[in-house]
Amino acid sequence: MRTNLRDILAPLAALLAAVLLTGCWERPPVTSVQNGYRGLGMVGVYNPRTLETQMPGNAIPAALPEAAPGAPLGTTVYKNIQVLKDLSLTEHVRLMTAFTLWVAPKDQGCAYCHDLADFSLDTKYTKVVARRMIQLTRDLNTNWKSHVASSGAPGAGVTCHTCHRGQPVPANIWFTDPGPKSVKGPAGGRNGQNLPAAAVGLTSMAYDPFTTFLTGKPEQIRVIAPTALPVSGASTRNIMQTEATYSLMFHLSSALGVNCTYCHNSRSFASWEGPPQRAFAWYGIQMVREINTAYLEPLGKALPAKRLGPTGDAPKANCATCHQGAFKPLYGVPQLLDYPELAGPKAIPVTSAAVPDAARKKPAAKS
Amino acid sequence: MIEYQNILTRVQVKAPAYPGVPLPSGPWRREGPPFFVYWLGKIGDTQVGPFYIGTTGLASLICGFIAFEIIGLNMWASVNWDIVQFVRQLPWLALEPPSPKHGLHIPPLNEGGWWLMAGFFLTASILLWWLRMYRRARALGMGTHTAWAFAAAIWLYLVLGFFRPIAMGSWSEAVPFGIFPHLDWTAAFSIRYGNLFYNPFHMLSIAFLYGATLLFAMHAGTVLSVARFGGERELEQVTHRGTASERAALFWRWTMGFNATMESIHRWAWWFAVLCPLTGGIGILLTGTVVDNWYLWALKHGVAPPYPMVFPEVIDPATLGGVAK
Repeated sequence: MRTNLRDILAPLAALLAAVLLTGCWERPPVTSVQNGYRGLGMVGVYNPRTLETQMPGNAIPAALPEAAPGAPLGTTVYKNIQVLKDLSLTEHVRLMTAFTLWVAPKDQGCAYCHDLADFSLDTKYTKVVARRMIQLTRDLNTNWKSHVASSGAPGAGVTCHTCHRGQPVPANIWFTDPGPKSVKGPAGGRNGQNLPAAAVGLTSMAYDPFTTFLTGKPEQIRVIAPTALPVSGASTRNIMQTEATYSLMFHLSSALGVNCTYCHNSRSFASWEGPPQRAFAWYGIQMVREINTAYLEPLGKALPAKRLGPTGDAPKANCATCHQGAFKPLYGVPQLLDYPELAGPKAIPVTSAAVPDAARKKPAAKS
Repeated sequence: MIEYQNILTRVQVKAPAYPGVPLPSGPWRREGPPFFVYWLGKIGDTQVGPFYIGTTGLASLICGFIAFEIIGLNMWASVNWDIVQFVRQLPWLALEPPSPKHGLHIPPLNEGGWWLMAGFFLTASILLWWLRMYRRARALGMGTHTAWAFAAAIWLYLVLGFFRPIAMGSWSEAVPFGIFPHLDWTAAFSIRYGNLFYNPFHMLSIAFLYGATLLFAMHAGTVLSVARFGGERELEQVTHRGTASERAALFWRWTMGFNATMESIHRWAWWFAVLCPLTGGIGILLTGTVVDNWYLWALKHGVAPPYPMVFPEVIDPATLGGVAK
């Protein structure tokens, strides 16, 4: 029997179509940018098409006009100001307006947080949360410069917009994942793995690396042996733990839109002979842990049930919360230059009669 | 029209069914009447059967079925007996080995007990099948090359799931049963032990793996290319002049100055194939037991060269005592 070309090509075409349809791989073009010594695979891999679709979401809104100078402190008029005591009336109004643009739903404006009958009341949970978030923003810009201002560029830091992007709840938050329903009885244990989990790049590895690594009692991330030969007690991490670390690294990679060699030496993940970004990322992980334990988890008590996760936990942050697919959130545009009030409390002018005694003694105290 | 003569078998020899050479005496016979399948003739012999089951074959199939069921039912249970989800998630599902806290002890069923049981039955099945392979070859008066090649693969399998976990003192070091999970395990294994590419036995194993495929392509290509001269009848022709075999030999002598013979090419292929899992198994067995970080080992022994520093010196922030945030 003779076999025609058509008989061969038809199944091949069907196979090719099947591969394409499963979406197993990313459609070209893919460009690579060398970032280390030649020949070592130290390259960043990017798809211009993906970057292009990402750009609009990382544009920052136009800055509000500057506040008129010379106004008295906000505390002279407003009651119940606990954090933004250092702002003048006009600065205060401008910053609050920015909050509504960045965070509040468009149809609610001030009313999303404030009781319109009396703005000073803390009746709405959103106001309690917002106050804590202002403290968080100032804390990060003051005490976590090692991560949020690692470039040292003027205006580097975070604002509310860094995470919120016009949404009351940032798009990228996480809850502890209790996993899917399994059978009762002694079979079918998943060991926290073996799901097509989007959070870890659809691998079968640990599907909730966030609870494991980014909360109060984090597991050790480093798994690679520090010595060439086994030394008793030097490295006790096992392969399951390695997979969990790998899961976390998948998250970092997708959150920043970069591949491993953006931070790591291509020959050894453990080696510090590589890009300085790895150290920035290290601080970032410490920072996210503090954000979750000091700020977000305690806020769970203030939140209504609809904002809580399946196990009743508060929404928490990971790398994607700020980065949202970009190597630097908002591509490092120094939005903080337009809103220096968020960089940290400024010294309150001592001539003002409205300054309370306590604040006068410690003008730079952390809020 | 272009004819792809080398993709499928062109000649289907169809003769009255042949039961095979007589068996040595034993309790088992070849069972069932033989029959013919045209489509099997496209890729091999058209005759199917009679079958020889045998004691080891039967025992192997039973053990294999038990292992298959333990693995499959655990996977199905993990999706709450949902058949749709079982099919959709199948590549991700797994039966995991015990967690590290159990060491080499027998864990509860759902924490690795099933894995241990599945591993036992799968290993029994494989070893019994090896024995069957060995005894069938002997029964036909053949050499036992196939059995020993299979044994090389079994060596790697046993190193991964049995010898190395015992040497490390924990079943958790073994591989999960699952499609993606065992691949993720492989990646994690390399990461944990400092990049397996710097393991010289891994290098050898890769060389033999790629070498075996190269040799296979060279040999198969050569034989098919002289098919028009009856080249598949290698052994009848090997000692004669002017045959397909001689042309095939001449082809290589002319293109690279040296040629294997119709006999030696099979020895090349056999050794390359066998050495792939043999060296690989040695590399795995040394990992974690003798060498903990292959990259550092390779640096120490000059396997990994130093490269010029192009980045400013980065200090591990964890060593700074958390002073500077």
